[in-house]
Amino acid sequence: MQTLTINEKQAGEKKTTTISGSHAVMDALLKEGVKTIFGYPGGAIMPIYDALFDYPDQLQHILVRHEQGAIHAAQGFARASGKTGVVFATSGPGATNLVTGLADAMIDSTPVVCITGQVFAHLLGTDAFQETDVINITTPVTKWNHQVTDASEIPAALAKAFYIAGSGRPGPVVIDITKNAQLQMFEYEGYQKCDHIRSYRPKPEVRKQYVEEAAKLINEAERPFVIFGQGVILGGAEKEFKAFIEKAGLPAAWTIMGMSAIPTDHPLAVGMLGMHGNYGPNVLTNECDVLIAVGMRFDDRVTGRLDKYAKQAKVVHLDIDPSEIDKNVKTTVPVWGDCKETLPMLTALLEQKQHTAWFSKFGEFMDKEKEKCIDAELNPDTDIMTMGEVIKTLNELTDGDAIIVTDVGQHQMVACRYAKYKNSRSNITSGGLGTMGYALPAAIGAAFGDPSRTTVAIIGDGGFQMTIQELGTIMQYKPDVKLLILNNNFLGMVRQWQQLFHEKRYSFVDIQSPDFVQVAKGYGIPGRSISNRADLKDALKEFLSSKGTHLLEVMVGKENNVFPMVPQGRGVAEIVLSKEEI
Amino acid sequence: MQKQEFTITVYTENQVGLLNRIAIIFSRRKINIESLNTSPSEIDGVHRFTIVIDEFEELVRKLCRQIEKQVGVLKAYYNTNDEIVWQELALYKVPTDVIAEQVKVERLLSQHGAKAVVIRKDYTVFEVSGQRAETDALIKVLEPYGLIEFVRSARVAIIKESEGFHKKLTEFEYREPSEAVDENEYLDKNEEVFTM
Repeated sequence: MQTLTINEKQAGEKKTTTISGSHAVMDALLKEGVKTIFGYPGGAIMPIYDALFDYPDQLQHILVRHEQGAIHAAQGFARASGKTGVVFATSGPGATNLVTGLADAMIDSTPVVCITGQVFAHLLGTDAFQETDVINITTPVTKWNHQVTDASEIPAALAKAFYIAGSGRPGPVVIDITKNAQLQMFEYEGYQKCDHIRSYRPKPEVRKQYVEEAAKLINEAERPFVIFGQGVILGGAEKEFKAFIEKAGLPAAWTIMGMSAIPTDHPLAVGMLGMHGNYGPNVLTNECDVLIAVGMRFDDRVTGRLDKYAKQAKVVHLDIDPSEIDKNVKTTVPVWGDCKETLPMLTALLEQKQHTAWFSKFGEFMDKEKEKCIDAELNPDTDIMTMGEVIKTLNELTDGDAIIVTDVGQHQMVACRYAKYKNSRSNITSGGLGTMGYALPAAIGAAFGDPSRTTVAIIGDGGFQMTIQELGTIMQYKPDVKLLILNNNFLGMVRQWQQLFHEKRYSFVDIQSPDFVQVAKGYGIPGRSISNRADLKDALKEFLSSKGTHLLEVMVGKENNVFPMVPQGRGVAEIVLSKEEI
Repeated sequence: MQKQEFTITVYTENQVGLLNRIAIIFSRRKINIESLNTSPSEIDGVHRFTIVIDEFEELVRKLCRQIEKQVGVLKAYYNTNDEIVWQELALYKVPTDVIAEQVKVERLLSQHGAKAVVIRKDYTVFEVSGQRAETDALIKVLEPYGLIEFVRSARVAIIKESEGFHKKLTEFEYREPSEAVDENEYLDKNEEVFTM
């Protein structure tokens, strides 16, 4: 293996080595503890790939089939492992193919560092071959981005990139490196990690006064209700959060991104919020007296109509990002800061309590929801299989230990409604952007991010076809990913809306699919398709116990709907349990 | 609550691309920027943006938080017109012969506080600094006398209550000084490099 040292010499006091920009990139990755890179080579990033060739033992590169696959894989990697995902892509189309993933990572606060090649610095602005203005294209969808035109800037730029991507509220960063900078030899002084930027404050200072005011509100509350998001997971504050709700006996509901921060069967867990969330958490949002939001951003899919959202309640909002306070919902007490710090401060001031009568209300709503929606979904009395019963059977077999990666649409909502989780970082889904095609590459990344757990990707027939080329990546690198296709022969969620809100005018939702089992077979992936309930349990057992990747397609009801539902433009308390109520 | 004029003052690093990062916070929400000025501040390496928009206060507060969130932004403030001292600079190009021949014009100009910047045989350039109404008024006055060209700068504003940024900066800068700007040094080198 070639070493970094090409020419060591003493320059004044500092010991420097002469290395290329590309080798400086490699050294930065090693110093940041990176082991896995998802990428795709091309003209403008060839020097970096050439340097990568020298590190076969230290850096594992996963060659994807499309750059979108690379960034979703890096996202899945980050979400499963808590580490920063790394992506390589070339200039022009390579970089523009990252944009969807960048937007996804931005809205879901996922730490990703993308290194893109760029044309030679002197060609910038000349419409050179494969030149695009990557910095300006990616500005709205990155936490930070930076173009490097000289090799000597590389170490500091990458140090900043990793620091910014992973600290505070995480997010994606793009470092665009011109080809001359990759090739250029320079005097390298070694890599220094970044831990401070004067014009970047990863977390605001905690104000004790607000913590005290929040504690007072919670202690005086008769009907307190906690709603939490991914902030709990990103802050690594799962324990602190549990201690918080347990001390004061606070019922807690999760957003789709917060899911799995506490086990789904935690005694104080009352279910999921939002458009297809549980009945009780939605209705009782408008009956609680103190609403405590932890690490969540009041997305419109969670709040429904804002003028009908929790108007009766005093709102305590814990968030690391000051711009989230009052953005959508007016806060009575803002507790800014990292919830890993603020939650213990708050817990210390809480009185030990139980809110038995209030808590039992959630149970009453759950009974109603079971009767009207859940029973029919989990134990259908027709021959047609439902997505819910597939998830139920999956729960029985995985016992809530698996990482579940979902795509976007009906199967996503059903999976999030019914999947059981025991461990944090187990629910990986495109929550904010709703990116179809996310699941297959994200599952590949998750399998590399945490190989100790089983990764199950649950994907619809539409979304699977959006990034189906990544089966090639599975074929080549053999990550252990279980691919569960829930096929209803429709773009189901759009069809559901067309049925409910567009007089059943099914406009371009009848998507045809290839024989997925045959397609998988072409990639050397074993698979099976079932359409009878009698086969479900055995097929899932075979699927989960098989060594390596396996594909199972389950044919489910064509026109099943996901309920409950907060129809768009209505308040959370106007959630409906069936289509007759719309 | 009503829309009103707000002046947003932003202290930033001097970095390529920051102008765009700040500008898109407005354009994403389809907010029109009435005026924008950017220049070095009283502190070396720190730039100051002065942005004027016509909006609701609550929205302006949110915009400032979004601006402050950007890496490279040190601080963003917003103020109503009462809270600031502000000026714009206007330049007027007028045919010199008209001014020379008509004493009235010269009187009008001095009434409006105009100062000659350049005097040539064919034209003279006057400058006036003041608020929008004042610089507008002079256009009206000069129009009948053959105003050739007019240009007005963006607003610059001093916040009355501000103690400057030196003290504030020490809060941010407990370790490192400002960074040098990285610019592309290769743009004029296209004939010296062989590329593929």
